[in-house]
Amino acid sequence: MSAVKKGLVTFAAAVPEEGLKAALARPRSEVIAEVTASKLRGRGGAGFPTGVKWNLAAAATAPAKWVVCNADEGEPGTFKDRVILTEAPDLVLEGMTIAAWAIGAARGILYLRGEYAYLRDSLEKVLARRREKGLLGTGILGSPLSFDVEIRMGSGAYVCGEETALIESLEGHRGEPRNRPPFPVDCGYRSEPTIVNNVETFACAAMVLAKGAEWFRGIGTEVSTGPKLFSVSGDCREPGVWEFPLGITIAGLLAAVGGEGAKAVQVGGASGRCVPAAEFGRTLAFEGVPTGGSIIVFGPRRDMLHVAENFLEFFVDESCGQCTPCREGNAKLLEGVRMLREGRCSWAYLQELQKLGEVMQLASKCGLGQSSPNAFLSIVEHFRPEIMGRTAGGNA
Amino acid sequence: MSSRIERTASISRAPVSQRGHVVPVSADPEAIGGTVSVTIDGIEAKVPLGTTILDAARALGLKIPTLCHHPDLEVAGVCRICVVEVEGQRTLQAACAFPITSPIRVQTHTRKVRQARRRILDLMLSKHVGECYTCFRNLNCELQTLAKEYGVDFFRFGHEAARRHQVDDSSYSVRRDMDKCILCRRCVRTCIDLQEVGVLEAVGRSDGTRIATFLDKPLNDVVCINCGQCINRCPTAALGAMDPTDDVWIDINDPKKHVVIQTAPAPRAAIGECFGLPPGTPLTFEMNTAMKTIGFDRVFDTNFTADLTIIEEGTELLLRLHEALVQKKDVALPQFTSCSPGWVKYLEHFYPEMIPNLSTAKSPQQMFGALIKTFYAQKAGIDPASIVACALMPCSAKKYECNRPEMCDSGHKDVDYGLVTRELGQMFHEAGIDLPKMPKGAFDDPFGTATGSGVIFGATGGVMEAAIRTVVELVTGLKIEDVFAHADVLPVRGFDGVRYVELPIPAIGEVPDLLKMNKGLPFSDWKWLEGAVLKVAVCHGTANAKRVVEDIKAGGTFSKCHFIEFMACPGGCLGGGGMPIPTSPEIRAARAKAIYAEDASYEIRKAHENPAVIRLYQEFLTDGPCGEKSHHLLHTHYTPRGKYIA
Repeated sequence: MSAVKKGLVTFAAAVPEEGLKAALARPRSEVIAEVTASKLRGRGGAGFPTGVKWNLAAAATAPAKWVVCNADEGEPGTFKDRVILTEAPDLVLEGMTIAAWAIGAARGILYLRGEYAYLRDSLEKVLARRREKGLLGTGILGSPLSFDVEIRMGSGAYVCGEETALIESLEGHRGEPRNRPPFPVDCGYRSEPTIVNNVETFACAAMVLAKGAEWFRGIGTEVSTGPKLFSVSGDCREPGVWEFPLGITIAGLLAAVGGEGAKAVQVGGASGRCVPAAEFGRTLAFEGVPTGGSIIVFGPRRDMLHVAENFLEFFVDESCGQCTPCREGNAKLLEGVRMLREGRCSWAYLQELQKLGEVMQLASKCGLGQSSPNAFLSIVEHFRPEIMGRTAGGNA
Repeated sequence: MSSRIERTASISRAPVSQRGHVVPVSADPEAIGGTVSVTIDGIEAKVPLGTTILDAARALGLKIPTLCHHPDLEVAGVCRICVVEVEGQRTLQAACAFPITSPIRVQTHTRKVRQARRRILDLMLSKHVGECYTCFRNLNCELQTLAKEYGVDFFRFGHEAARRHQVDDSSYSVRRDMDKCILCRRCVRTCIDLQEVGVLEAVGRSDGTRIATFLDKPLNDVVCINCGQCINRCPTAALGAMDPTDDVWIDINDPKKHVVIQTAPAPRAAIGECFGLPPGTPLTFEMNTAMKTIGFDRVFDTNFTADLTIIEEGTELLLRLHEALVQKKDVALPQFTSCSPGWVKYLEHFYPEMIPNLSTAKSPQQMFGALIKTFYAQKAGIDPASIVACALMPCSAKKYECNRPEMCDSGHKDVDYGLVTRELGQMFHEAGIDLPKMPKGAFDDPFGTATGSGVIFGATGGVMEAAIRTVVELVTGLKIEDVFAHADVLPVRGFDGVRYVELPIPAIGEVPDLLKMNKGLPFSDWKWLEGAVLKVAVCHGTANAKRVVEDIKAGGTFSKCHFIEFMACPGGCLGGGGMPIPTSPEIRAARAKAIYAEDASYEIRKAHENPAVIRLYQEFLTDGPCGEKSHHLLHTHYTPRGKYIA
């Protein structure tokens, strides 16, 4: 059961279409300027400044542009986009429509995670209702903007959360990341300028236009503005979707969710980092520990080697198999973790594996391979005594 | 007049992640913003905007290793061996895929870069089964070369000793050994994008990724056209040709067997590459001596049947034209050439409805086979059953062609073995022959010596040029030299994917005696060709062939053509799947240069002037070109195959 904690922005009592009306009343450049001034950064995990992305797409000259909502919420331990799409789908679509106005797009796509197929009917109804109300379609709210959104289904590949792999998937190909540059803002879906933003980012953008950049900047820190939804799971009393201002400390979050006494927290899902208790004073923010919102709490009795093995099994399943470091590297790391579990991994080989992890971070083609060793590396760094010295029968 | 169809990214079928999406390189470096400055390893340079780091480094003479990159293919950026450090970038960047669009500083061999490359190699080697000395790509393997360059002295992440995959040797032409595959996907891009055939694709994910055919069917059960372009672009031994040399040696050593070999034009411009010579070093006559030395009883020149093909195919064209223009029959035009067995199988699979357009003339290889075991056997007084006919070809599809069930019009298997250039080079090495040092030797009779018209069959446009030289002379009575200086039909030469040429018939002459030998000829003068304009086209690579055939079906320019030369391989035979590895546009251009230089040096440069061909008609094919006897021995039929194979 996931509890939804009411928060400041996404689940606040928004005035319907307040942001959209404000946006349509202003020229595109001012809309982008407002988003830029809010310092809103992408909520999917990478944290790219949203205003900059929109500005690049707006500057690109092309007969057609695309607004894509990345609802392929696949990061282990992340479930906040599902809740947004259930509780506040209009806010997301409002954000997409504002983006369309800002960059000059006529069509949008909501790329919905394969496992969220059960949400499709209700989302289609929302789309139909918005078309009826003149919030989608030709001449939205009497403005010159024409824009519509279609829903496209993912098929269950984690890598399709990576924006260029998502675009490949949209085009009907194997979900494999493209070389970057060129970036989707120049050459995206059907080789046309495309912005791909996370569900939560669009919701935030709608609130920015409704309440102003200054209001948004008033929440969070200087660098990491606004609130953030956190998908909290693991060893705590109140798992669920929580909204906190960015910049909250890990300790502060744990106190709120009833996770005191944890030995570590996985911030950012399988591709994130494992933060030990000694570092719970760090902030959840782009300048601290960045996250797309997944918080997994590990209580004192969790086996960190098991945690590492679990995440690596995930990546060995989900690597697209395109580039060498990620395709072969994750399998080698998993093999190493199993050797550790059986007490067969030497100190020297563990160091080799750490080096391999660093190479994967540096040389993989996309974010998946670049971040897949993170959990392993941080667990080796912080829990070395715990993971070394095992015997074939179990713990030392 | 000549026109060209450009290949564009929008019609490419390569997986999108592996193509296009590169910033276009500025065409005009003089324009404002046309160039950008880059500093690589401290060397500053200005390069056209959009140039990749790899190309910029190469222009500066700096070496960056590559594996998945190939000059003929789209950029993939998947092997990651070419990673470099770009100042300001958090991660290492693939030099092959990174376009320079703003001034950047690049380091190509920092500690970070070397460590990454070494580990990437270690990862590849951990899955690469086998030992180099049992491998046919030993000393010509890009993975092996890199392992040496990066000082790989142990297998950091282990090394698989046990095979995981079965070798697919179901095809007559191409052999797949997936245990050697490093998943660079060059073969995938070659097949689906360069050739637009699409037999190979990556399936599975993560470390279970593998290159597979449709439903994992064996290669002989899918739409593979045997062109072997994938072999030429494979960096390791994952793809190779089916090698018959063991059997050839056995026959050579059998005193009861009379082993003859015909040699196609293209290998002689390339076999030197097997001996460390630069591409385009012709070794035609050295090769003759060497083949005799290692035990072939006779060495013939395929030029003979190349010239014969021109006479047969040219006569067939004139007959079709007469049917269409005078008899007003519904006859299939344009006529397509049929000498490239990869192209023939491509058409049988993808456009079976166009088979009537294919010339019924066999390829030179198969014409030769049929004549060796009839005309030659008779003349030499040898039992054809004891003759072993080998063919040295640039082409992996020739191995398939000689095994087509219909290719036994002599009463025996017309051609027993298709050997490719690489394999003959291997046989020479095995016999201790240093080919470049061999004395020159002649071709054996009764098939005469090399001719210019035959030798140019090795390059794209060559068949058409030879045909034009002959048809123009036979029809007009003029000398081709008076129409095209030095008999060089330049408009059909070159490497543009598709060339279209219109050729007005400037005059008409007498129907020559050679043609009159065919008593069934429906015409006795050329009046019906007076003022005609011959429209021809040349195209190479099946991707270009597809455009031309689609254009014909849509009633476009090419549907008005009379005759079109198609070659399955980019560059024609000189880029064939049996030629020495590696291949690149520069290597193919060098081979073409050698071929045209040979042509210019030969005394006989027109098929109808080849004395051995004329003698053949006088002594053996006495009812003339396209007569009954030639139909029996020199012509064939085709099989509509379609794309769906049970």
